[in-house]
Amino acid sequence: MNETASATRTMARAPQRRAPRPFRALAVAETRLFLRDPVTVLLAIALPSVILAGLGAVPALREPADVFGGIRFVDYFAPSLLAINIAVLGLQNLPTGLATYREKGVLRRLSATPMNPSAVLVVQLVINLVTVAVGTVLMLAVAVYAFDVPAPRHPVGFVLTFLLGTSAVFAIGLVIAAVAPRARIAAGIGTVAFMLTQFFAGVYLPKYLLPEVVVRIGEFVPPGIGAFQGAWTGDGPAPLQLAAMAVIAVVATAVAARFFRWE
Amino acid sequence: MPVIEVNQLHKRYRDQVAVHDVSFSVEEGEIFGVLGRNGAGKTTTVECIEGLRSPDGGSISVLGLHPARDRAELRRVLGIQLQASELPDKLRVAEAIELYASFYPSPADPRELLERWGLGAKRNTAFGNLSGGQKQRLSIALALVGNPRVAILDELTTGLDPQARRDAWESIEQIRRGGVTVVLVTHFMEEAERLCDRIAVIDAGRVVALDTPAGLVAGLIGGQRLRFRPSIPFEDAVLTQLAEVESVRRSGPHVEVTGGGDLLHAVTSALARHQVVPGDLRLEQATLDDAFVALTGPAAEN
Repeated sequence: MNETASATRTMARAPQRRAPRPFRALAVAETRLFLRDPVTVLLAIALPSVILAGLGAVPALREPADVFGGIRFVDYFAPSLLAINIAVLGLQNLPTGLATYREKGVLRRLSATPMNPSAVLVVQLVINLVTVAVGTVLMLAVAVYAFDVPAPRHPVGFVLTFLLGTSAVFAIGLVIAAVAPRARIAAGIGTVAFMLTQFFAGVYLPKYLLPEVVVRIGEFVPPGIGAFQGAWTGDGPAPLQLAAMAVIAVVATAVAARFFRWE
Repeated sequence: MPVIEVNQLHKRYRDQVAVHDVSFSVEEGEIFGVLGRNGAGKTTTVECIEGLRSPDGGSISVLGLHPARDRAELRRVLGIQLQASELPDKLRVAEAIELYASFYPSPADPRELLERWGLGAKRNTAFGNLSGGQKQRLSIALALVGNPRVAILDELTTGLDPQARRDAWESIEQIRRGGVTVVLVTHFMEEAERLCDRIAVIDAGRVVALDTPAGLVAGLIGGQRLRFRPSIPFEDAVLTQLAEVESVRRSGPHVEVTGGGDLLHAVTSALARHQVVPGDLRLEQATLDDAFVALTGPAAEN
């Protein structure tokens, strides 16, 4: 009796049920999934800050030295560390995630609903970008407040560099997602690309240990650590480096759009 | 007016023709089977209807909509179950169905749907931890969550155990009673025979037969087989002259008669007129399986 009554009520209510807005529901679901992988989240957000904190704990690295143009090692090295979370998310997490979705038929399944599968791509991009921004802000905060690294001297230039450099890296990530036939291959390419960006950014070996030519090339390898350095501790980002990031972002996005397949 | 009309559909992949020439129409409220072996072109056919693939020739209309041109509109009224598609491993059952419900203008109640498909207790289980049968049932529930007017289900019961399979059939009949037109792709005879009002048998990219399950069986030459031991000898002609009889064969003391229509009645009456009593009389009815094999030839290499 009770059951019947409640069933009738459910039926009566059903047509009025207001479904949550589809795009927002998708964004919520994807964000939840992202947060369910805490290792990636933590690594992506906190790794550069942790490395900086580790190095900053060594007193000798907090002394100004001529090698670094009269500034301290932590000041000199901090911009390089920014490349870590941008590349972890843009070259590893993003392409592997998208390639996995394609391989498992998640994108194809979505294309059988009123929801356009490109919405997943947008949501994934946004989630990874927001995470990069959080990691970058955390790293800046740790550098500035814990180790007295001066705040970026050119805040506007810094934000611009961040936007262009991150866009370039993410666009390359999309190319990887587009051309890799399987998730494992996307992960493999992503790892190689990650290591290259880190090498050129001076993360593995600080730049004063790298040959001049590698440093010069490195200024044009996304995310463009030369420009970050210029914006943070120097005389502002070099326009040519910024332009290079913008061109890479546009070209790579076009290539990705041309070759991306939903199934 | 038919709900789905497929006219001379043609589709090839590179140099291989997947669908030669397929035409059929599906009426409102029926369960329509698309039956064929693996690789016969069934899935390609329904994927063209769903607008997931674009045909190289022919025309398709679903509820008066063009699968490619009216894609967005069609998606809202069409429930699609794909043969092999998964969800993110960490997405939980309730999250998945609520997410999919949000895509549709007037969705079914996700909770009720999970109960109906036996997933109520699995609400908080991650997709990656579901068994094959549970994944399959979730996939069916997702296809129906939009309250579709037409549901296209590809290999509905693959991976389900016999009980779950019967439950699934029961639920499909229930959906049809609710006025939903169902297209069922299958290579499983028992399923087609039990559920389908009409069946299109597809072989090598062509429709080789289109009829009710009973009609397909009845159309089978020698669809019925009678076996008996006559009490006294009689001439073959007594039976071969009957319209219902295809062939008469003797093996030892037994006589084997094949034919169609009301074979049993025709044969027993004729025998009675000649005072022959058929002992150990057995009637073997052909099944859809027999009809299928007769239509599509013996099973391929596997």
